[in-house]
Amino acid sequence: MNFIWNLPLFTVVLSLFSGVVCMMLSPRAARNYTIAYESVLVVMTGCVLGYTLKTGTSYTYPMGEFPAPWGNEIRFGCLEALIALLFAVILLCSITAGYHFIRKDIDESKINLYFSLINLMTAALMALAWTNDVFTGYVFLEILTLTSCGILIVREIGRTTLAAARYMILNLMGSGLFLMGIVLLYDISGHLLMVPMRQSMALVSQDQSSIPVISLAIGIMTVGIAIKSGLFPFYFWMPDTYGWATPASGSILSGLVTKAYIFLLFKILYRAIGIDVLEKTPVLKILFVLGIIGMIGGSVNAMRASNVNRMIAFSSAAQTGYIYMGLGLGTVAGFEAAIFQILAHAVTKSLLFLTVPYLAEVSGNRLKFHSLQGSGRRDPLAAHFFSISSLSMIGIPIFAGFSTKLMFGQAAVLGGIHWKILVVLGALGISSVLNAIYFIRTMIRIYNDPDTLDKDPYGSHPVTDRSRTGFFLAGMVLSLLNLFLGLFSWVVSDVIYRGLGMFL
Amino acid sequence: MRSLFRRWFYGESDPIDDLLDVARQEDLDRQTRKNISKKNIREYEARPEARLSVERMRKRFRWIYLLTAIVCCVFLSYVLLYAVSSLPHLGELNPRTEEVVNRYVEKGLEETGAVNIVSGMILDYRAFDTLGESHVLFTALICVMILLRIDSKNQRKGYEDYYTIRSDTYFDLSHDMILRTICRALLPCILLYGIYILLNGQNSPGGGFSGGAVIGAGMILFSASYGMKTVDRFLTLKLCNIITFVSLAFYSFAKGYVFFMGANGLDAHIPKGTPGAILSGGLILPLDIAVGCVVSITMFGFYSLFRRGSIGTDVDYSRIDNKSRRLRKTGGRKQ
Repeated sequence: MNFIWNLPLFTVVLSLFSGVVCMMLSPRAARNYTIAYESVLVVMTGCVLGYTLKTGTSYTYPMGEFPAPWGNEIRFGCLEALIALLFAVILLCSITAGYHFIRKDIDESKINLYFSLINLMTAALMALAWTNDVFTGYVFLEILTLTSCGILIVREIGRTTLAAARYMILNLMGSGLFLMGIVLLYDISGHLLMVPMRQSMALVSQDQSSIPVISLAIGIMTVGIAIKSGLFPFYFWMPDTYGWATPASGSILSGLVTKAYIFLLFKILYRAIGIDVLEKTPVLKILFVLGIIGMIGGSVNAMRASNVNRMIAFSSAAQTGYIYMGLGLGTVAGFEAAIFQILAHAVTKSLLFLTVPYLAEVSGNRLKFHSLQGSGRRDPLAAHFFSISSLSMIGIPIFAGFSTKLMFGQAAVLGGIHWKILVVLGALGISSVLNAIYFIRTMIRIYNDPDTLDKDPYGSHPVTDRSRTGFFLAGMVLSLLNLFLGLFSWVVSDVIYRGLGMFL
Repeated sequence: MRSLFRRWFYGESDPIDDLLDVARQEDLDRQTRKNISKKNIREYEARPEARLSVERMRKRFRWIYLLTAIVCCVFLSYVLLYAVSSLPHLGELNPRTEEVVNRYVEKGLEETGAVNIVSGMILDYRAFDTLGESHVLFTALICVMILLRIDSKNQRKGYEDYYTIRSDTYFDLSHDMILRTICRALLPCILLYGIYILLNGQNSPGGGFSGGAVIGAGMILFSASYGMKTVDRFLTLKLCNIITFVSLAFYSFAKGYVFFMGANGLDAHIPKGTPGAILSGGLILPLDIAVGCVVSITMFGFYSLFRRGSIGTDVDYSRIDNKSRRLRKTGGRKQ
């Protein structure tokens, strides 16, 4: 037993403890504590990733003295460690870059509560990355739901309260459906731990008459997660939720929370139910079709959006569609592309959400497109970060978005089913063009001369705040990660491939 | 009609409830709002039938909404009933699903030292889930504090004093003789019963969650009948924070220690005690006490936050405005 085996346990327990500690601290101390803790977390998850890559196997870690089918357990291979590392990095960057706006948007007496929620959310994200038990997944999904609502309402303006109410109702519906799915699956298989559940399901599914109930259980569960993560017909809560939250929350919500839900779903589908059973049900096909529609629908809505935050939020809906399309392909290459898209989108979208408020700040806190005219000249740093992320979203080579699109295309071709190849390539093409239309339009707005339309109404506000250091560092880290994912995609996709190999 | 539907779908307006539209107006630019309302009024004055058509559209929308809701509910109930009807029947022997259950029933007492198998299961076999579950409550408490605790952003103008915000005189029952007398007789029983459930969780149905809920209900009854000021004398925000902190930190570390020792194959050295005695079941009793403290504080905290927007009297009014600072100096009484 190596000491590194214990690190996943520590990431969860220490995060829960930090959540309680932050409640007792002053706002400033809570912020420093959280940033220090998240840095430690990056190191811990990095160690786990390095160790699993070195040994090339995955480990099961029993929670307590009771072995597999009776007690809880967590499990970590390099895929889980990669996802956990991503969560830790994005959390650290979001808090560092968003602190300027956290201080502006949140009443001072509640800033420590905000950081308390962030730490609890970290615990939930870590637990969802490591868990090997369906019900543990549900418990931490609940914590994630509550904390997401909390970091949304903390801004305390009418819009966020409304958005949080909508978000909470939909999320609770999702959780309820997910729980019902778990109950049905437990009743059918008699296990909650993923690996015994898969073995049991393989036996049950040999009986043809049980297929409808199994499809129903999986279907309910998938619909629950789809509502929570914003798959095609359910993405309507996204613009309000992401657009009005304080920037750090927006970036965490769109970059991490939806991804954690999808990763849990992927884990359940792939590890707890098994691909053989899944292929007997229509779930994957439905996910594939809805993913494709979401890709196009989200982009069309983004084009019609009235302000830049709504545009980015709808673009999130489109990018979520990509992930579901990858899952729906049902091949290892498809899963690989979907996981890669999780990484690429988290890195890109969180940077977009963090830069837009800086651009808005030099435009009199307005988010409408015409107010942003020329804001890139008033705040060049934010504009450069914005363009890097936008180019990645469109799928220009050397950025992360290009690698994902390439991988999706390859996955479809390798799958070998003709109609799927046509549909995927067509959807990728259309979606890229739509992305290009609205992101390039925004970039032109931002870099354009402010004097072309009317006199610059807000004057120039050169921002030389101390908070810029944090923003600069976090932005650089996220941009470099973006470039890394684009230029050295084979490194990451190799890790994902090996992770999928030790995932079952 | 289509635009109405689209605006509803993306959360821009709610044809069912006008109130929500009003809340949204707050954030609109003041000038724009003026223009909009002026324009609307002019339109309505010019064409009274425009108003009628909007009303008709709303009515139609409500009908469609109702019908869709009914169809969805009926469909979902049908699907779920169908699923339940094809599950294994109650009491039917099903060897697949019994592996886990049998172990809990047969070896639960021996392995956890708890007579109450449910306690043994949630606090020993599946303790990781319960660790999360106890923090769900804490998370909920923080969310409610964020939403309701009075600060410079959400205070209601004209009600700055914390005794009059959701005022004691408004909802106060503390002069109610009947309530006070019955409360005096009932309260010790409720608290004792709560403590009994809490301490006896390993031997009989009960435990931290249920015992804590009973104690919390007792505290709510006390503060309702004797007034918030009486409770404030001993239960301040600081004390609540400390209790929550100590309980949850103890919980995390005790369970972290057990997980760590168990996974590494070491003996945790926690005596199981004789089954049936109060001191039995290993860590179950202390964990139940910790959970009970958190649950009772959370329940009382919810009540207090909903009633007056603070736990204890610790809201920092110096930052809110001068009037409340004056009120604070006079002990919260209006001059």
